[in-house]
Amino acid sequence: MTNPAVQTVEAERRERWRARIEESILPPLVALLIAAVVGDILIIIFGQSPGEVFRQLLEGTWGNAYGFGQVIYKATTLTFTGLAVAIGIRAGLFNIGAESQLASGGFLAALVGLWLPAGTPAVIAILLCMVAAGAGGGVVGAIPGALKARFGASEVIVTIMLNFVVLALLNYIVAAHIHVAETLHTPEMHVGSVPRLTAVSALFAGSAANATFLLAIAAAVAVWWYLFRTRPGYELRAVGLQPDAAEYGGVHVGAVWARTMILSGALAGLGGLNYVLGYKHYYEEGFGTGSGFLGIAVALVGRNHPVGVIIAALLFATLSQGGLAVNALVPKQMVDVLTAVVIIAVATSVPEVRRALANARRARGTGNREPETTVNPGPSSQFPVPGSQP
Amino acid sequence: MSGSTAVRMTGVVKRFGPVVANANADLDVASGEIHALVGENGAGKSTLMRVLAGMYPPDAGSVEVATGSSPLRDVTGWSTREAIDAGVGMVHQHFMLVPTLTVAENLILGRELKRGLSLDLAGAEREVRALSERTGLRVDPSRLVSDLSVGEAQRVEILKTLYRGTKVLILDEPTAVLSPPEVLELWKVLRRLRDDGGTAILITHKLDEVIEISETITVMRAGRTVGRMRTADATARSIARMMVGREVALAGEWEPGTGNGEPVAAGSAQRAASVPGSPFPVPALVVSNLTVPSPRRPNEVDNVSFTIARGEILGIAGVEGNGQTELIEAITGLRAPTSGTVSIVDLAGAQHDITARTVRHRADSGLSHIPEDRHRRGLVLEYSVADNLILGQQHRFTGGASTLDHARIAANAASRITTFDIRPPDESLPSRALSGGNQQKIVIAREMGRDFTVLIAAQPTRGVDVGAIEFIHDQLRRARAEGKAILLVSADLVEILALADRVSVMYGGRMVVTLPGSDASAEVLGPYMTGASGTAT
Repeated sequence: MTNPAVQTVEAERRERWRARIEESILPPLVALLIAAVVGDILIIIFGQSPGEVFRQLLEGTWGNAYGFGQVIYKATTLTFTGLAVAIGIRAGLFNIGAESQLASGGFLAALVGLWLPAGTPAVIAILLCMVAAGAGGGVVGAIPGALKARFGASEVIVTIMLNFVVLALLNYIVAAHIHVAETLHTPEMHVGSVPRLTAVSALFAGSAANATFLLAIAAAVAVWWYLFRTRPGYELRAVGLQPDAAEYGGVHVGAVWARTMILSGALAGLGGLNYVLGYKHYYEEGFGTGSGFLGIAVALVGRNHPVGVIIAALLFATLSQGGLAVNALVPKQMVDVLTAVVIIAVATSVPEVRRALANARRARGTGNREPETTVNPGPSSQFPVPGSQP
Repeated sequence: MSGSTAVRMTGVVKRFGPVVANANADLDVASGEIHALVGENGAGKSTLMRVLAGMYPPDAGSVEVATGSSPLRDVTGWSTREAIDAGVGMVHQHFMLVPTLTVAENLILGRELKRGLSLDLAGAEREVRALSERTGLRVDPSRLVSDLSVGEAQRVEILKTLYRGTKVLILDEPTAVLSPPEVLELWKVLRRLRDDGGTAILITHKLDEVIEISETITVMRAGRTVGRMRTADATARSIARMMVGREVALAGEWEPGTGNGEPVAAGSAQRAASVPGSPFPVPALVVSNLTVPSPRRPNEVDNVSFTIARGEILGIAGVEGNGQTELIEAITGLRAPTSGTVSIVDLAGAQHDITARTVRHRADSGLSHIPEDRHRRGLVLEYSVADNLILGQQHRFTGGASTLDHARIAANAASRITTFDIRPPDESLPSRALSGGNQQKIVIAREMGRDFTVLIAAQPTRGVDVGAIEFIHDQLRRARAEGKAILLVSADLVEILALADRVSVMYGGRMVVTLPGSDASAEVLGPYMTGASGTAT
């Protein structure tokens, strides 16, 4: 191999990296732009000034310490559920059960905190609560995983149905056995609460943001490492991309599905810690309503990459908190509409932006090396559904 | 017999995202001729024909068609419906039939004969039968498509296009799924169609077919039209040179370069001298009484037994769909047999029964496997070349705690890419971006670059270019010389005859005949492949 050849390869490698970064950053930006335009139209319909509404939205979230802390708090739960959905999609599984996995994780953590004697050292108590939360979500995830691996039952159907079963069961246990009178929540735990971030820095003034956020970041790093740096992760992604090829490569596809659903459920379950350990210190019926489903959107917008999931979680948390901030000017449902527009725009703009990028590259004449011969490029190879095939 | 121009395509450009399938392709077909469109896999032949048939609009260029006595008219970017109405019909590589409907129902789909509110099926069957008689495409209109053989299904596809009044019939690789006698049958039909004034465009990369059936040849390479000639003026060698763009090293007495199609009759008789009888009488793979089910039937592989010696290539010929896939999957651990055993014999002579072992255990016992479909099984297309080069071996590339050892993965990739000449030499490229031949080289490098005793090579050169075929055949011969036992399953008789020391034919799930390579030829094997002859071994 001659030196120029090496240089060409290096140049192409750099070009590919640039393309990857462009492709992962530009589509969400375009989606945000579209959402902003739609938002403007809605605001004008409500007779308000778009500039004023967006100014208040930003001020109420990133512009003051309390709002910022609330964004962090909301993003924490969404990071966990987003990671749960993302790791499932990486293995070709669509986990729609994050909602009930989150609830059971939070419930078990609250039970452990309640059951431990008051004098238990905080480190041990927190660790046990974490294990309980992971186990709570993991068990709920294991059921659809095992049914799919053993009988080929669609995990989509099973997770949707389990949401009803599990949430009803938890509500029954709380309402019938361990609720505090006149409420729908369990008694406060004796031990196991984690510090609020406001105790550490004035940056979070009075908000619910707590140390669970750091756990969410750690979970994202762990998921990244697992997916891209370990043999089980290599096999997991192969199963998600091409199950037949994975099977050929000696991977037990059913075992990977079962294992991944447990992991996915456990990640969603850990999300329950944010509310239970970090905020209220008890389990309350419906504490995470919507966070499980929003996790699907977080994974979608975050392109099933742990870093993307964190960013997308912050985005949706901002919109959610911002809705409260602008409530005086426009109905807060407007922000729900904006959230939906972001999701739809991401789903549709990814292929469009990719196509535009590819055209731009061709025009520059620095496109990726085109294969000398073509292998019938099916539409799926060119325009993958965002999120489904990273 | 060829008259005025029936089809004229000029400067056609068609892109799929970053991939250019057609870059300025031209085609001129006279009415009443059989026109061969040849080129290597990926040269853009199918795409060009799909543009003609209205399936894709071209990005640039023009398409003109004349049907009947009307002059050429510009039809660029027309729809499939318009193409069919104008008498341009295409028979695809993959059949588009509804298996649960009868032949007649499939034919009238979309233009149903009605009698009052109900379908006139009896009338439809009469019409289909008449058409079938007229064209020589014999098939019973009342049978279910799912009960037809592949050859019969193809006849139905052709009938379907003719039923819709096709004057220009496009056939995409029609002989890939046919046995030699069925191919001869197809030629008869095409000649009759031509003699009735019809025009046929035949996509193929089998040069002997081109020379046998066509009157005019258009050669494509890398999306461009690189030549057009009368078949009478062409030789296999001159066409091959034009297809590849360079002189091709010819494999023995066979038609050059294609690696596909029938051997020239003289060829098969002359190669006997180079085949040793059974130089290594030491068995390496022992398959006994293997019966393998499929969703279709419980004995897709029906009580098959054979042994392959070290240093021997056993070739399995046969029309696809006669149990070859299931046999391979049972040997490699991807499908559970209902009875029988698969054993690997180590150098000490001890038999290891691997019938119930995992895929990984088999790989560790010295079984390598080139799967028949690299896009489905052989490669994870989104994975990089380096990651694909460890597929199936990933457990050997870990450091502590199941962490992948990326330094070793990169080193492995660098060495394999050099040894097996994978291009472009960039291990971080996604495998999807490589050409078919280089993708197959990744599979070959992975399976043959490591230590192995037995190699299962299924369709090892399917859809790869001529240069890569030479290379892959060299690798297989070299492995044989090193004492590896090789099971070569191929739909390509030329390949089997060129490489195998012994040849078996599979038909209906059984090995109906096994011959020394020196006694095998297309003429001898043909009847077994269709089930016309069959003495169970």
